Amino acid sequence: MKNGVQRMIPNGYKPFVSDDHFKQEVYQKIEKVYAKKEAQMLASISAIFDIIPIKDGMTLSFHHHYRNGDLLVNMVAEEIKKRGLKNMTFAPSSIFPVHKPLSDLIKNKHITSIYTNYISGDVADTISYGHMKDLLIMDTHGGRARAIETGDINIDVCFIAASAADKHGNANGIDGPNPCGPLGYIYPDLYYAKHKVIVTDTILDKLSSNDIDHSFVDYIIKVSQIGLSTGIESGTTQMTKDPIQLKIAKDTVNLVKELGLIKDGLSFQTGAGSTSIAVSHFLKGEMVKQNIKGSFASGGITKSLTSMFEDQLFDDLYDVQSFDLEAVESYKKNKHHHLMDASQYANPFYKDNIASKLDIVILGATEVDLNFNVNVTTSSTHKLMGGSGGHSDTAYESKLTIITTNLVKSRIPFIKDHVETISTPGTSVDIVVTERGIAVNPRRKDLLEKLKDSLLNITPIESLYQKALDITYKPEPIKHKERIIGLIRYRDGSIIDSIYEVDHK
Amino acid sequence: MRKSLLFIPANHPGMLQNVDIFDADGIIFDLEDGVALTEKDAAMDLLASFFKHFHLKNIEKIVRINEINDLDLIMCEQIDTVCLPKADTDVLKLLDKKLSTLEKKYRLTHKIQVIALIETPESILNALSIAKQPRVNGLLLGAEDLSTYLGVRRTLEGKEIEFARNMVIYAAKSMGIDAIDTPFTDTNDIDGLNKDIEYAKQLGMNAKACIHPNQIESVNHLFRPSQEDILFAQKILLAKEQADREGLGAFSVDGKMVDKPIIDRALQIIKASKE
Repeated sequence: MKNGVQRMIPNGYKPFVSDDHFKQEVYQKIEKVYAKKEAQMLASISAIFDIIPIKDGMTLSFHHHYRNGDLLVNMVAEEIKKRGLKNMTFAPSSIFPVHKPLSDLIKNKHITSIYTNYISGDVADTISYGHMKDLLIMDTHGGRARAIETGDINIDVCFIAASAADKHGNANGIDGPNPCGPLGYIYPDLYYAKHKVIVTDTILDKLSSNDIDHSFVDYIIKVSQIGLSTGIESGTTQMTKDPIQLKIAKDTVNLVKELGLIKDGLSFQTGAGSTSIAVSHFLKGEMVKQNIKGSFASGGITKSLTSMFEDQLFDDLYDVQSFDLEAVESYKKNKHHHLMDASQYANPFYKDNIASKLDIVILGATEVDLNFNVNVTTSSTHKLMGGSGGHSDTAYESKLTIITTNLVKSRIPFIKDHVETISTPGTSVDIVVTERGIAVNPRRKDLLEKLKDSLLNITPIESLYQKALDITYKPEPIKHKERIIGLIRYRDGSIIDSIYEVDHK
Repeated sequence: MRKSLLFIPANHPGMLQNVDIFDADGIIFDLEDGVALTEKDAAMDLLASFFKHFHLKNIEKIVRINEINDLDLIMCEQIDTVCLPKADTDVLKLLDKKLSTLEKKYRLTHKIQVIALIETPESILNALSIAKQPRVNGLLLGAEDLSTYLGVRRTLEGKEIEFARNMVIYAAKSMGIDAIDTPFTDTNDIDGLNKDIEYAKQLGMNAKACIHPNQIESVNHLFRPSQEDILFAQKILLAKEQADREGLGAFSVDGKMVDKPIIDRALQIIKASKE
């Protein structure tokens, strides 16, 4: 059947209607699950499989606070393989190249379905090529919290990688030799999974903060090393030197300035990566020049945001996970650098979630189409290479959503008549900034009016599309197989698009 | 008047594709030092093809050639200007003849101009003769090659090229053409670039070549008249209008006498501010 953005989805799933359709729904949470007794210390990952016990067909969840430095998912996967367990469902909040060993487990039917918010590397290729028996469900960060709270994702065992814990089961991500920062994504799992297991390499008598409350924790396992702190760095931590990216970043900040949004009380979010760092850098310059003090910055936190915070350009930081060690350090020492849990961050049903208080969010894109729909999930060849994460959540919630993207890169146009995969609906997107012009969504007549005398190159998205085709000509349509291997689940639980098997050739 | 001219090696498709997005007044498509010897044929081929398919508007298209015969392979309507390396009066005369022939052959609708690259001790001393050659509408100082000829090391302060800068400026300005400053080679040092531009502008340069797109904003900004200059120029011109109405030959602004050079400078500033 076709959904509200005219995409084919399999029968039996709830079709996407509109980005604000959730307002008509009643939210019903399942009961929180408290530990029945004092947390029990176990000697190994293997021991937990016997004691619970973990069996065929169970759903296990994990989190990506160590990002590409995560070691826990692979430890658990190895035990599943050793025990020959089958038909397992994995629900990690993200999957990175470090999780390559999962590919074998998928091919051999140990793992047959996955829920996640972001996927890259070998596992993404394995699923794209159709090796997983059942479907991949791609949630958003806020949507994953919703799905767990409502029981849409029914977790049997939640494994929490913590950098330190005490013997009672309290834990955090900041103490110990391998810190990773605030553990914002673990909370829905911590509250609603049937069994909760803290895995750490450091047991302390007293923690500097009890970010994880022992009353939800059933087991503690000490391993030799839980993760690599250096792996949390997301791509580069330096500002881009690419003149095109710098132009896009400067134009973005000039646009925000022309819209009169650089003012006291400003709240702001952007992602990691060198262009986002450049946007933060130029925004900082404007805020300092105009003596502006913002209210808060949020999201995954980078050192460019902690530096703005330390320069007192923001009152507070709301941090769901740290993207570098400077951000971890800032969380440890600043009381106004707050941990933000996934539901509080962006669950559509969490009243006054932090994302809804954002004035501006700056997001990236793999493709944008003439209806302003954005793809951040699949590549131009339809292969899985990312995911929404907080993209759809913040795009909907923030007062102004700006997408920054190259118009053309390596002779591939980034603005298309139709995106390969819709991750975020165009109704949530206000402006697209490219190196060859800025397109405002015609739905935002107020913005068009404000920018009518602008010296910036404001142009219809159709004209940007034509400029791209003038350079690249129209690319051949992407061919993929008919079999659906995954679904993009919008934050309200409806299906916004399908992901198809990619031909090996 | 030009302000910013960006060098782009002509053998790099990714760079060619984006030359028109950085607000440079002109692009110098480089076939000379920016292209390895083994790549020169490919660069000419690519550039010819680029001009055929990409129609750049509102931007000066300049080609830095290796030798005059390069023009046989790349000449087309899109080229506005030829940049001649190690320019001297003899080669400029030959270039003028060659361009006249090619303009007829390709029925070009405009006359091709020339920027003379002044980068040898001899051309510094002959700068005025070079500026007087047909088609030359700008002198570009090439300080890197010049320093090699002089056997000196380039410094941030640029004392070693001060004489050369002045020769280029005096020759260019005496002929009413552009004095274009040598590029600043440290592409990561924007503070150093800004100081270099301010100094060159103070001496009399009106434009600067750039070797990285990230330098263009500084060059455009600093070579544009400042708000303070524009306000003062407007004040001078208003006072002149009033003096004309009152039939006064001489008048003063802020207690200082205003004469013709000051009025001409005010007119120049207002003109430049509108470009």
